[in-house]
Amino acid sequence: MSSIDPTEVFRQEASELFETLEGALLDLCQRPDDRELVDSAFRALHTIKGSGAMFGFDKVAAFTHEFETAFELVRKGEIKPTQELIAVALAAKDYIRALIEAPDGTDSIIGDAILDDLKQFVALPGEPAKPDVAEEAPAAKPAAHAGWRLYLEFDSHILCNGSNPLDLLDDLCKLGSCFAVPVIDGIPMLEELEPEYCYLKWDVTLHSDCDKAAIDDVFMFVEDEMKLTLTPLAAQAEVSLPEPGLLIELVEAEPIAEVAPVAEAVPAPVQAKEPAAKEVAAPAEQRRDEPKRSDEPKRSENIATVRVQAERLDELMDRVGELVIAQARLTQLAASGSDLSIKMIAEEIERLAASLRDTTMGARMVPIGSLFGRFRRLVHDLSRDLNKPVEFVTVGEDTELDKTMIECLADPLVHLIRNAIDHGIEDNDKRAAAGKTERGRIELTAVHSGAQVLVTVKDNGGGLNTARIRAKAEEQGLIAPSVALSDNEIHQFLFHPGFSTAQTISALSGRGVGMDVVKRTIENMRGSIDLTTRPGEGTTVTLRLPLTLAIIEGLLIRVGGGRYIIPLSAVEECVELMPEDQRSRGRNFLNVRGNLVPFLKLRELLVVPGSPDQHQKTIIISTGETRVGLVADQIIGNHQTVIKSLSKLHSDVTIFSGAAILGDGTAALILDVAQLVAAAQAQSEKQISEAA
Amino acid sequence: MATVLTVDDSPSIRQMIKVTLEPAGHSVIEAGDGAQGLAKAQSSRPDLVITDLNMPTMNGMELIRALRKQPTLTGLPIVFLTTESNDALKQEAKSAGATGWITKPFKPEQLLAVVSRLVRA
Repeated sequence: MSSIDPTEVFRQEASELFETLEGALLDLCQRPDDRELVDSAFRALHTIKGSGAMFGFDKVAAFTHEFETAFELVRKGEIKPTQELIAVALAAKDYIRALIEAPDGTDSIIGDAILDDLKQFVALPGEPAKPDVAEEAPAAKPAAHAGWRLYLEFDSHILCNGSNPLDLLDDLCKLGSCFAVPVIDGIPMLEELEPEYCYLKWDVTLHSDCDKAAIDDVFMFVEDEMKLTLTPLAAQAEVSLPEPGLLIELVEAEPIAEVAPVAEAVPAPVQAKEPAAKEVAAPAEQRRDEPKRSDEPKRSENIATVRVQAERLDELMDRVGELVIAQARLTQLAASGSDLSIKMIAEEIERLAASLRDTTMGARMVPIGSLFGRFRRLVHDLSRDLNKPVEFVTVGEDTELDKTMIECLADPLVHLIRNAIDHGIEDNDKRAAAGKTERGRIELTAVHSGAQVLVTVKDNGGGLNTARIRAKAEEQGLIAPSVALSDNEIHQFLFHPGFSTAQTISALSGRGVGMDVVKRTIENMRGSIDLTTRPGEGTTVTLRLPLTLAIIEGLLIRVGGGRYIIPLSAVEECVELMPEDQRSRGRNFLNVRGNLVPFLKLRELLVVPGSPDQHQKTIIISTGETRVGLVADQIIGNHQTVIKSLSKLHSDVTIFSGAAILGDGTAALILDVAQLVAAAQAQSEKQISEAA
Repeated sequence: MATVLTVDDSPSIRQMIKVTLEPAGHSVIEAGDGAQGLAKAQSSRPDLVITDLNMPTMNGMELIRALRKQPTLTGLPIVFLTTESNDALKQEAKSAGATGWITKPFKPEQLLAVVSRLVRA
């Protein structure tokens, strides 16, 4: 079969087609309304045209095209095939047949005459016929650029239509050195993923001197099923064929935020490598330096712009919490067995869980500076309204805190700052009399301290008037006049609901609501509030806030049959309690390398029955400025744990901040160290005052 | 190499495709209309279908739609031959599920280029 000359096959076919065409045209004379006949005539013409052009009968193709165009109105049913029209059509058919059978011996004048006749009948729109050679796109002029940067985004159903994007990328690679980076952010979650859909996009850098037409040619079939963004590469990048240059190239342009951090790392090693690579790095460096300055902030913005619903983060946090518990159980199980490989895996999972926890935690962290910014205006307005010039200083804006905590902190801080200006900073006259600068000073500070963040509001005003607070407390019947109280205890009345010492109630403060609300808010965040004041020098309010709300790293200890967790951040060291330490009467002190440290026996504090173990251990913890030892029966070890808050029934149990589930499924209580020490201090002070 | 199914009512076109592709190592199966084409596509599982649009019995557009409904032929590249560079027609065929097109008249090199673009060894 294949030995037969296709041209001969065409001639044979054409003669069959002419018969079909002739028959159809003649039948049309009888039945001008028969659409089927028109279609059949057209199909014949169509094939003659298409095949004719292919086998070199260009004149046939050109004429048939004209003829077909003219006849189009008939096909559309706008013109009835009249006898005259059919006569012209038959003449045209004969002419085409002659063109095929004797291409050289046929005069084109006949053809033109036929077309003219035809046009009389059908009022041909004066559209010039254009031959069907769309395929042969004119070769464009050589390009003066180094290549192209393409961003390819295909319709998701492209695979169903038989196109393979990877093949297209292969074809691109044939045009020159090609570097393609898939963009994966369009991939949906597994349950939403249609296996037959294409979700990938590509960012392609093509180093080639090809023109746009060559690239369009690659995507010819899919051009309307994709978005193609095509930008010429700067000629400068010509040299940068090696990978690092390309990477920078990719990063300099916008869309791939994920790769951005890599950019920082790339140039340095390139420079360090070999001299050949330096040439590459140099233009890249240049480019980074000179014109792109304005892009710098934009890039950092790119990194910071993922907005996630807070509840998703909470959910994630919860899962991570559960993971950490499960991991702790695994670790415990592995430690109890002797299978080394399981231990290795457990260790690895522990490491991963820890970093996952930190990352998750980090995702919730927001610099406190965003909050501080709000107070500038507040201070400015207050200082104007009260006619007290105030200098407002903030320190540690980049200290990070859990986002939810930052929101909770706003109101308490507003109260504290108002108080500081209204009550703390003195009037101009008083300041002048005390020899102070005219401008008062309020300092808002945030600083990390272990697993806590300390937020302080400090003023250099007159300090608290302890005597007046006491008088007010007595006046309100909160204390009996004779009771002896430390200054610190008296200051605690400031946190009492409805307590105010302001002589005149200003619009700003002095209503007696505020400080108690502040205290409650902070305590709800598992934080605490400290007040220190020096008469004439000012007042400092310190908020101690836990860094995290959900997970703590703890030291697991045992006292009697119960297990407890001490936040590891509070633990300084563990020492054995020597028998001689236990002998001392009254207050218990421990000699730690020459320093005397008071200690508390958890067994007594928690009222654990039974006799203590022989070798008691002391965990030295620090809370605020004080160091205290806690005596336990056994130190079990590190324990990462999710805090499960206690039920409302236990809300008056202050010495426990929560509970945790241990690896074996039992619960351990988490000791609130600061509260524990405070409770113990109160207890011992009571004992002392009772003894006195 | 690839197995190509050519569906065309014109034997000369089929012949043309055959003599172009066979020397390049492809094997060519022929069908005279859409209905035959569908049957041959199901029985011989070609790597590529080249179909005309204007055909009796079942035209190219119907063939493309029918082929795309075959679960066993998912992702099969389908190329249609078209004489008009008629964008509306092209669009219709594309939305019916065609992969690409060849505008008639075509040169043997163009046909080979399209085949090698859509069929990988």
